[in-house]
Amino acid sequence: MSEAMETKSLNDLTVHLLPTKKFKTIQVVLKFRASLDEETITKRALLPYILRKGSTKYPSEKELQTKLDQLYGAVLSMDGAKKGNHHILSIRLEIPNEKYIPSASNTLTEGLELLNEIVFHPLLQDEGFNEEIFTREKNSLRNRIEAMIDDKMAYANLRLIDEMCAHEKYRLRVHGNEEHLQQVDRFELYTYYKNMLQNNLCDLYVVGDISSAELMKDIENIFPPIHTKTESLQTETEETVEIEVKEVIEQQDVQQAKLHIGYRTHCTYKDDAYFALQVFNGLFGGFPNSKLFMNVREKHSLAYYAASRLESLKGLLIIVSGIDGSDYKKARTIIEDQLLAMQNGDFTDEMMNETKEMIINQFLESLDNPTGMVEMNYHQVLGESSWPLDSFSEHIQQVTKEEVMNVANNIQEDTVYLLTSGGEGHA
Amino acid sequence: MHKTTYDDLQETIYSKVLNNGLHVALLPRPEMSKVHCLFTTNYGSIDQHFIPLNKQDFIEVPHGVAHFLEHKMFEKEDGDVFADFGKQGASANAYTSFTKTAYLFSATNHIHNNVETLLDFVQEPYFTDETVEKEKGIIAQEIKMYDDDSEWQSFSGSIKSMYSKHPVNIDIAGTVQSITDITKEDLYTCYKTFYHPENMLFFMTGNFEPEEMMHFIEENQHSKSFPKAEKISRAYPDEPAEVHEKTKFIHMPVAVPKSVVGIKYIPVGNSPNQFVKQDVLQSMCLDYICSKNGPFYEELYNEEYIDNSFSYSATLEKNFGFSMISTNTHHPERFATKMKDCLMQVRTMEMGEETFETMKKKLIGEMVRNMNSLEYVANQYTHYHFLGIDFLTVHQIIEELTLEDLHLFVKRWIQEEHLATNIVCPK
Repeated sequence: MSEAMETKSLNDLTVHLLPTKKFKTIQVVLKFRASLDEETITKRALLPYILRKGSTKYPSEKELQTKLDQLYGAVLSMDGAKKGNHHILSIRLEIPNEKYIPSASNTLTEGLELLNEIVFHPLLQDEGFNEEIFTREKNSLRNRIEAMIDDKMAYANLRLIDEMCAHEKYRLRVHGNEEHLQQVDRFELYTYYKNMLQNNLCDLYVVGDISSAELMKDIENIFPPIHTKTESLQTETEETVEIEVKEVIEQQDVQQAKLHIGYRTHCTYKDDAYFALQVFNGLFGGFPNSKLFMNVREKHSLAYYAASRLESLKGLLIIVSGIDGSDYKKARTIIEDQLLAMQNGDFTDEMMNETKEMIINQFLESLDNPTGMVEMNYHQVLGESSWPLDSFSEHIQQVTKEEVMNVANNIQEDTVYLLTSGGEGHA
Repeated sequence: MHKTTYDDLQETIYSKVLNNGLHVALLPRPEMSKVHCLFTTNYGSIDQHFIPLNKQDFIEVPHGVAHFLEHKMFEKEDGDVFADFGKQGASANAYTSFTKTAYLFSATNHIHNNVETLLDFVQEPYFTDETVEKEKGIIAQEIKMYDDDSEWQSFSGSIKSMYSKHPVNIDIAGTVQSITDITKEDLYTCYKTFYHPENMLFFMTGNFEPEEMMHFIEENQHSKSFPKAEKISRAYPDEPAEVHEKTKFIHMPVAVPKSVVGIKYIPVGNSPNQFVKQDVLQSMCLDYICSKNGPFYEELYNEEYIDNSFSYSATLEKNFGFSMISTNTHHPERFATKMKDCLMQVRTMEMGEETFETMKKKLIGEMVRNMNSLEYVANQYTHYHFLGIDFLTVHQIIEELTLEDLHLFVKRWIQEEHLATNIVCPK
């Protein structure tokens, strides 16, 4: 945990300072949050591509990179992410802390100025983004969308969500869609961007060996006053409850079949049962000694990997496995049997205690990394948690077997997705 | 015990060579929550032709033995080692590279137990005919997973186009065919030869007390007995300087083709200092060539020869080395031709003192930034240790490089016959 986290509102910008001596860098992250929306998702996917290419003061990527090199190889990255029913646009800058480089000075202030320049002074051409960059970056995003099918594991995940959440906002793909991309123009995109700066909830995180008072002054001086007319965010869960399990089999020329299964947990980050759900997932498929790994891989040698993970802001449990297509029925039965076993309480106290330790270990480890520290803290904001981050371990420790069985019994299989090369689930 | 302090990085390493030959290096990072341990043998997939311990003649073992051995180390008479780590709240893993096999864990609790488990399981092999047979199914699935992975195909195909004789051209996991020949006896032979403490390094970093930990490790090692170490004789075929195939195509179903220009480079000289200079110069030059503010990026990008996937990687080991410049592109052949042109231009380019200083600055900043990651530090320290170099002094070697070193290196590095193209595209 950070020594003394400090949160302060500067107008409508929420500044979170996380001072810690763990890291040899300082990471600064700006986050813009909006509801997932079919009309805006493609625009939000395209923005990072364009912002990364230049600003008023650094009008080409070349000039921007030269500035980053002067900050001792600082790294600038931007991405969009889907978190529950929200879309988050993040802009990150990581700078080596000058305490470890004798010849460096003033790098943090310059870094903050650079971040401000990139976000608030983008490169424009008559009331729109720069035309050349815009056209080129539309192509970049199109290529990215096109190449998604080449990573089979990621592709199978995407397809599972397409099918499972077909009637929910969560179906929207984070890279947007090609049709909308075709239609968007550079004026419209800039209009949306201005709108985003005015209406999105905005958080700024700074993590590293920093001195808070001085830094807060710098931030106030550098960033423009942010006044947002905050949009109402849709946070309620809207989910369709299927009575029957949906089975989707897709054929492609693949050597290894991917069997991905989606479940509804009916439990999200802000629920009291969330900690029990974490323990459930650990026992079920979160770790190398979980039921899925031990049974699908070790006992039956059916897969190289078999694991489960939670989408905790959305209330989903996703199983991923790589199998031989001809083993589909067998692997599916074994997986489904593991859930039954969990529901029947077929796990020992000893296993439960071990799993709790691994979850706590994983939690603490994620805080040993600056991005992890920012993400965990932000997750707290997004998930509307009512508990402080440093009480996580305690909550996990208190979970009982009965609570784990309860969450297990609330879990419903929703969609089974198989990507395979042969007919009838045969590879 | 040696204590070495590195003032600029503000780190201290405690090291010792134990009576059985094991080298132990401890780098405390008390601010972190976790501990990361890496127990590595100087033995990888390329070491398949050697004289076994206490024998006179060279033997050759099947492709993929080192990796197979790594998998089998986790299985013991009384169960699976993953489960033991799990009970102690640790996450464990292992990897096999061309030159190393490494076993690791990270944990935030039960550190002594976990250290003991790591030392003991790697030093107590247990192989039976039955378990060896069973593993073949699991590894076959792992190999098949790579068959569908176009990134991996592009990487391994590039090495194959560069190297004709050296076993770096064989996939680390072997083939579905080659692993069927592996026996329990092969595993024991390789184990006894290469897993002697004298051929290994135990590296630990994170939150622990170094004096006490060194004592604990020593006690553990003193309780075991090992045969007398012999110098290991390994044989590698003579590899020509020129590439094996100038252009190679791999046909597989990808939406966006992948194009790689490989630079083959076998280092010259015998001293660690000569080696490390070539190693950092190779990285620095590649970074310069591929950088967004370098001499070529803008044109490559604007002509759509490259997209955001454009990247490079560099590997240098005692008797082989290669770099790869790769991108997803719809113009794979034009990219390759253009990139080779650019590389040939670099040969005659005069780089100024200022550019060179920025290159150094950037590489040093990158090292400082990466030191946030305990895994990175463990991997790099281990890598350089087996090459006779102290990783925490590499940044000083960078500082000392001269422009003349750079120009000499470039002429030796980039030569027409060192360049190979590998393209992954649909039929």
